[in-house]
Amino acid sequence: MFKRLQADTRKPVGIFVDGTAVTAREGDTVSAALLASGLDVRRTTAVSGAPRLPYCMMGVCFDCLVTVDGTGNRQGCLITVREGMRIEIQKGKREIGR
Amino acid sequence: MRNDYDIAVVGGGLLGSAIAWGLGRIGQRVVVLDEGDVTKRASRANFALVWVQSKGLGMPAYTVWTVRASETWAQLAADLKDQTGLDVCLQRNGGFHLALSEGELEQRANTLKRLHNQVGAADYQVEVMDRDRVAAMLPAIGPEVVGGTFCPLDGHVNSLRTFRAFHTGFKAFGVDYRPEHPVTAIAQSGGEFRLATPRGEIRAGKVVLAAGNANQALAPMVGLHAPMGPTRGQIVVTERTLPFLPHPLTTIRQTDEGTVMIGDSKEDLLDDSGLDLSISTVMADRARRTFPLLGRLNVVRTWSGIRVMPKDGFPVYDQSESHPGAFVACCHSGVTLASNHAYALAPMIAAGQLDATEVGAFTGRRFAAMATTGSGYY
Repeated sequence: MFKRLQADTRKPVGIFVDGTAVTAREGDTVSAALLASGLDVRRTTAVSGAPRLPYCMMGVCFDCLVTVDGTGNRQGCLITVREGMRIEIQKGKREIGR
Repeated sequence: MRNDYDIAVVGGGLLGSAIAWGLGRIGQRVVVLDEGDVTKRASRANFALVWVQSKGLGMPAYTVWTVRASETWAQLAADLKDQTGLDVCLQRNGGFHLALSEGELEQRANTLKRLHNQVGAADYQVEVMDRDRVAAMLPAIGPEVVGGTFCPLDGHVNSLRTFRAFHTGFKAFGVDYRPEHPVTAIAQSGGEFRLATPRGEIRAGKVVLAAGNANQALAPMVGLHAPMGPTRGQIVVTERTLPFLPHPLTTIRQTDEGTVMIGDSKEDLLDDSGLDLSISTVMADRARRTFPLLGRLNVVRTWSGIRVMPKDGFPVYDQSESHPGAFVACCHSGVTLASNHAYALAPMIAAGQLDATEVGAFTGRRFAAMATTGSGYY
């Protein structure tokens, strides 16, 4: 659904999404990188298990919650990708130890 | 809507709602006169425990009454589910109080021993457990936990949904709920009560004062006495997390939807518009020492709330001698005692007579002597 602009010449950044190597761009937020990845990146909500994608992209709606480098419930739209970052699509509630 | 009823219940919080629901259930024509949304409402700020252990030091009858409530709560949850389709998520598999030092554990064990040694107290089981036994049931405890006490009658519930279920049930029972109807005066004439509100007069054969701390001002209007003590509590709430806490604690519980609630402080205040962060800090620190993994969770809400607290901590149930048909009910534990209010107290009120063998100890007349000391508080 999302396509990167041809003219985007930012440097590539390698990240992993549920173990799959994905090439993001320098300056991408985690949410932007996930949406551009072409993968199914839908999380599920904590109570009803409804599917969700990042929505507001500005830190307000909390629909972009994701596990980043082992820490759950991070707001993907507020975190910039880093080389080697490991992202897991969070299904349901955060685990207390993560 | 009609303006004359069998019974007017003043107060639409958890206590008034449980009584009104119980009255509607046995066919009484009931109106609930409530204040508005800005009311300081303990029913929206509570910790939601259905709790037995350690209650009743100084009044054994309170222990008996509390055990009975715990034992009939499952029926209430089932009846509300049948009637409204709402699951109030009662979990009654026993609760803990944990100690972070040998001194704390010893103090707790002594309190429970004194409680059990009271003449007339209900004989229910509370075990003092060492660290290993606690760890077998609560694997997430941290190294500082030395042990705790466990009572199999303890549990918790979704109290907001309980509140909603009562109000949903009102409709099925034909109970009229009227918000924005604070009662300003009560007069009895010609065998009925006339209750003045800003939106007109309501007439009823009987009146039940269940208005929390406002009972202090309302009770004298009908010759009753309900002195209240101001207390404020603070609560810290985390984001939702996968279930890790299989039993509720006196100060920490995980809700059916996954949030962790951390309480509960006690201050002599009635202002619920702010927080004392030094208190939240202590609560959060103790919670993290009890369950270190909590330290990784984000806090999403904190609040302070006003407790309804009769002056000596124990419930007040009374009927007026000067104004027959007028009753007063107030208590701290509106969640725990909800089943008693619906199934035991409501029928007594409908019959026009409180049963002295069951609730005689809770008369407001005890405050005249003020001989009772101690606290009904946890």
